[in-house]
Amino acid sequence: MNDTASSGRTFRLDLHVLGPLLALIALVLIGASINDNFLSAGNITNVLARSAFIGIIAVGMTFVITAGGIDLSVGSMAAFVAGVVILTMNALIPALGVSWLTIVAGMLTAIAAGLLAGLLNGVLIAKVGIEAFIVTLGTMGIYRSLVTWLADGGTLSLDYALRTLYRPVYYGGIWGVAWPIIVFALVAVIGEIVMRRTPFGRHCAALGANEQVARYSAVKVDRTRILTYVLLGFLVGIAVIMYVPRLGSASASTGVLWELEAIAAVIIGGTVLKGGFGRVWGTVVGVLILSLIDNILNLASMVSPYLNGAIQGVIVILAVVLQREKKAAD
Amino acid sequence: MTPVLALSGVTRRFGPIAVLHGVDFDLRPGEVHALIGENGAGKSTMMKIMAGFLSPSEGTVMVDGAPAAFADHRAAEDAGIVMIHQEFNLAAPLSVEENIFLGREMRRGPFLDRRAMQAESRRLLERLDCPLDPRRRIADISVPNRQMVEIAKALGRSARVLIMDEPTAVLTTRETETLLVQIDRLRAAGTAILYTSHKLGEVKAIADRVTVLRDGRKVLEAPAADLTEDQMAEAMVGRDLTDLYPAKGPGGADVVLSVSSLTVPGHVEDASFTLKRGEVLGFAGLVGSGRTELMEGVVGLRPSTGRVEINGRALKRGDVLAAREAGLVYLTEDRKEKGLLLGKSLAENLTLLALDKFSGLTIDTKAEATALTDAIAEFDIRAKDRLMRAGNLSGGNQQKLLLAKTMLAEPDIVIIDEPTRGIDIGTKQQIYTFIRRLADAGKSVIVISSEMPEVIGLADRVVVMQAGRIAGEVTGEAIGEAAIVRLAMGLGPAGGHPAGPVHTTKGGDLKEAPAP
Repeated sequence: MNDTASSGRTFRLDLHVLGPLLALIALVLIGASINDNFLSAGNITNVLARSAFIGIIAVGMTFVITAGGIDLSVGSMAAFVAGVVILTMNALIPALGVSWLTIVAGMLTAIAAGLLAGLLNGVLIAKVGIEAFIVTLGTMGIYRSLVTWLADGGTLSLDYALRTLYRPVYYGGIWGVAWPIIVFALVAVIGEIVMRRTPFGRHCAALGANEQVARYSAVKVDRTRILTYVLLGFLVGIAVIMYVPRLGSASASTGVLWELEAIAAVIIGGTVLKGGFGRVWGTVVGVLILSLIDNILNLASMVSPYLNGAIQGVIVILAVVLQREKKAAD
Repeated sequence: MTPVLALSGVTRRFGPIAVLHGVDFDLRPGEVHALIGENGAGKSTMMKIMAGFLSPSEGTVMVDGAPAAFADHRAAEDAGIVMIHQEFNLAAPLSVEENIFLGREMRRGPFLDRRAMQAESRRLLERLDCPLDPRRRIADISVPNRQMVEIAKALGRSARVLIMDEPTAVLTTRETETLLVQIDRLRAAGTAILYTSHKLGEVKAIADRVTVLRDGRKVLEAPAADLTEDQMAEAMVGRDLTDLYPAKGPGGADVVLSVSSLTVPGHVEDASFTLKRGEVLGFAGLVGSGRTELMEGVVGLRPSTGRVEINGRALKRGDVLAAREAGLVYLTEDRKEKGLLLGKSLAENLTLLALDKFSGLTIDTKAEATALTDAIAEFDIRAKDRLMRAGNLSGGNQQKLLLAKTMLAEPDIVIIDEPTRGIDIGTKQQIYTFIRRLADAGKSVIVISSEMPEVIGLADRVVVMQAGRIAGEVTGEAIGEAAIVRLAMGLGPAGGHPAGPVHTTKGGDLKEAPAP
C-alpha cells in the first residue's frame, strides 16, 4: 500500500500521497487571503456542515469503488429516502404526536430504507451478476422517478411543528460544533479504521484488485460486495437524517448530482477508480476541496460562482492524471 | 557466418543493481540457441535487450555485425527481431486473422481487405503445419494454437530472429512435440531462434548451442550435443543436484479426505478417491483431463455434486471458507491470476487467506510483519525489500510466497496444483523438500502435475485422470512413466482391458473439447 519503498521515486510518490492535502492547504490559504470572513467560525461551520451530506455518502462510496464497484444511484436514493422519511413522519403524527418518538421513528425509517436500497443494488450486482454501472443507472432512474411521483411533481414537506422540533439536528450541536460535522467526522474516522485495519477493508481492496484471487483466498466475495453497497445505503440513510431537518422537504431536485460529487471526491482523494486501493481520509480531503472551491467562489468576486462546476471538473481530471503518473513511475 | 544478432559486453543496471554483467552472446541464422538459467539469472532482461524492450547500460547490440541501438521494440521488429512473450500478446476477442495483422492491416482503398488477410493468414499457418481457420476467435482456440498464431504473427512481420520466452511452459508433452517440429522447420528455413525453457530434456533435444546464465553472468556456452542435462542443471545452479527429489515416506495410515462420486458439470464425472494421513498423492493426466476442476470442486471453488468427507465429517459444498476451516486448502496453478494480488505488498498477500488469524475487530499489523519475517526465513523468499509488491518478485519467489500464504492457514490437507510451473530447478528442489517435510509432519498433500518426473519422483501413490474420469491408480514400486501414460491415454492398466474410450490419437485435443 505505502510504496515509499524503492529508490528514485520517493519524491513523486510522496507527492501522490500528499497531493490532495497540499491542494487543500493551498485552497485554505487562497480563501484566507481573499476574504477575511473565510476563516470565521461561521463560514467554517457552514462549509463543513454542507459538506457533511456528500461527505458521509462519499465515505461509503470509497468502499464501493475500492471493491471495484460504482454506485450512481445515491443522489436519487437520498431524495427517495428523504421523501419516504417525510411521509412516514407526517403519517405518524396522529399516532405519536409531534414528539421525538416520531423523529426517532423517522430516523429508523431512513436507515432501514437506505439499507434496503443498498441491499437491492448489491444483490442485483453480486448475485444476479449485472454490471454495477447498469444496475445503479437503473435504480438511479427508479428512485428519482419514485420521489417525483410521491411528491406528485412538487415538494414533500415535513409537518411544520415537527420540523421545528427536528431543526436542531442540523442547526444545533455541542461545544459549538454542529451535529452534521460531528457525525461526518465520526463516520470518516470509523471509515478510515475499517478500511485500513479490518478484514472487511482488506477484503474490499483484494476484491477490487483481483476478484479471482480473493475467491481463491476464501474471501466471501459476493457477501463482501453486497456489504459495500449495504454500507453505502446505510450511510445514505444517515446523510438523510441530517438533511431532512435542514430544509424539511424533499422534491425531484433533492440530491441531484450528489452521486457524481461523491465519486469525484473519492477519486480526488486518491482511491483508484477501477478498484484495488482506497483511502477514506483522502475522500474526506476530496470532499473538503470540492466544497471549499464552491465557498471561495461565492466569497470572491473575481470568478463567477457559475464556473464552480468547471473548476471542480478540472480538479477531478488533474487528480486522475496524477494517479496515472504514479503508475507510469512504477 | 556473421551472427544475425549478437551482444557484446552487455551490462544492464536497474538503479544501482546490475542484473547483467558484461554478457557476450551471438545468434546465427538457422540455429536454435537455448538460453537457460534459474529464475532471476537475467534471462528475461537479456531477451528484452535483444528485442528492443530495454536498452543496455553498457555494451552493444549488433545486427548483422553492425552496432544497432533500438529505440523501442518496434525498431527491433523492423530489423526482423520478434519476441514471443510467455504471456501471449493476443487480443482474445479478435479473430486469428485480425491478430496476425493487428497494426498493419491490409487495405483496399479505405476498407479492410479481409479476403487477402485471411488468405495470407492461412498461408502463414500452413507454413507452420497448423491448419487453423483464421476466422476463429483467439478465445476459442487452444493454448498451443495460440502459440502458433504468435509465431505466424512474427513470420508475417518477416522475422529473421525469433526470441521465444518459455514457449512450452504451458504445453503438454504432445503439444510440445508439435511445437518442436515447427521450430525445427523454421530453423531449416534459416530463422535464428533464441529459446528459453526450464525443461532441460527439451533443450537437449532441440538446441544446437546452449548458453547458461547465472546471477547475470554467462557461465557456460557449449554445443548442446556436448552437454548432459545434469551438466546443464549444475551449471545453472552452481552446485550438485543429485538428490532432486527427497526420499519417499512410508505412505499413509488412516484416511483424512474421502471424496465419493464427485461430479463437476462439464469437467469431471463421478470421481472417487481417498487421501491418507502423511501421504503425498499425485494426480497425473493430460492437461484438460479435469484434475484442476476436480480439486476446485472438492474445495468448493466450483459447483459440484457428490460427497466430500474430512476425517469422516461431511464438508459443506461450495464454501471455500468452510473447507479452509476444516483444514483443507487448494493452491492454484495460476499464481498470477488466481494466487496473488500482484499490485499489493508481500504482507497483504501473505495473510489474505488466514486473515482472521491476524484480526480481532482490527488487523494486528505487527503480527503480520512478524509473519512476513518468518515466512521469508522459512520459505527462503528472496525479496529486494519487504515493502515491495508481490508482482515484482520473480516467479519462483512468487510461488514460495503463495506456499507461505497457504501454509499460514495451518491446513492439514494441502492440494498443490502444478507446484513448480515456470520455476527453476534450484527452487523446484526446495519446493519438493518442503512438500515431503509436510507429509513427514503428518499433513497430507495432493500434488497435481503435468511433469511426469515430478509425479513419479514425489508421490507415494498416483491417481491418473483421463477425460474427466479417474482412470486408475498406481502405488509404490509400480509408479512409472509407462503405467501412468497408459492410464492417461485411456488404455487401462498394463495387460488389462481399456478402462474407457481410447483417445490415443487425439489426446492433445482434450483441452479444446473436455469430456464428457
